[in-house]
Amino acid sequence: MSAEFDIAETLDVKGASCPMPVVKTKSAIDGLDAGEVLEVLATDPGSMSDIEGWAAGTEGVELVDQTEGDDVYKHYVRKTE
Amino acid sequence: MSTDTPDASAEDASTDDAPSRAELAARVDELEEALAEATDDGDKKMSIIATKGTLDMAYPPLILASTAAAFGYDVTVFHTFWGLDILHEERSKSLKLSSVGNPNMPVPNAVAALPGMDRVTTKMMEKRIADNDTATIEELLETSLDMGVEFQACQMTIDLMGYDEADFYDGVTTGVGAATALQDMADADIQLLV
Repeated sequence: MSAEFDIAETLDVKGASCPMPVVKTKSAIDGLDAGEVLEVLATDPGSMSDIEGWAAGTEGVELVDQTEGDDVYKHYVRKTE
Repeated sequence: MSTDTPDASAEDASTDDAPSRAELAARVDELEEALAEATDDGDKKMSIIATKGTLDMAYPPLILASTAAAFGYDVTVFHTFWGLDILHEERSKSLKLSSVGNPNMPVPNAVAALPGMDRVTTKMMEKRIADNDTATIEELLETSLDMGVEFQACQMTIDLMGYDEADFYDGVTTGVGAATALQDMADADIQLLV
């Protein structure tokens, strides 16, 4: 999976619940350069839908992948501009 | 032409007044320009009016404000009446949950109305908030401020409640009224009253 893209930074929001995973993802993305991918580690099950919705409704970001592991939800978001 | 035109002479008159093709083309250009301007301003805006100051009702405006800011919205939250307590540095840390008036509470209203019950239900909720790692009101407010959300404290109710401008968090705008809120709502894509 990480073979397809390089992860520039990892954001750990395990334990945090709505709205913090999305809010902190936005702040972390702001610190990246265009083209870089942010990995977000969350335990909030709502983060699957929320980060997908946030990425779809926000300019300059693109959801690359989402995976559901053992209690950890991983999100990969690329900053596009 | 309109179906209720009474006679032919009126129809003739309206034909004489009909705009020329060039005038119509100019008008279409004008409208298309206005439409492009109205739909392509790029700035998404949300306006929230926060009127409640109980612990449960303080959450929705702050959660939506911070989330909208993450989506790139320009967000204004206008706080009035008890909603001012959310911006009040001291009072925001001790917002209460009412035990009466909520039929979902595990105790009947007659019991819930006893002295000290609000403190019990508030403690219960605070514990749940801590156990679930739910953000506190203070955290949400500070986060929202960092993200550029504009929090406004209604001047009329500041005076009514006997608050002082210095009581509010740094970054809170005071000296605003209903007209400011209305203007924000008129410009916004999303308007909410909480």
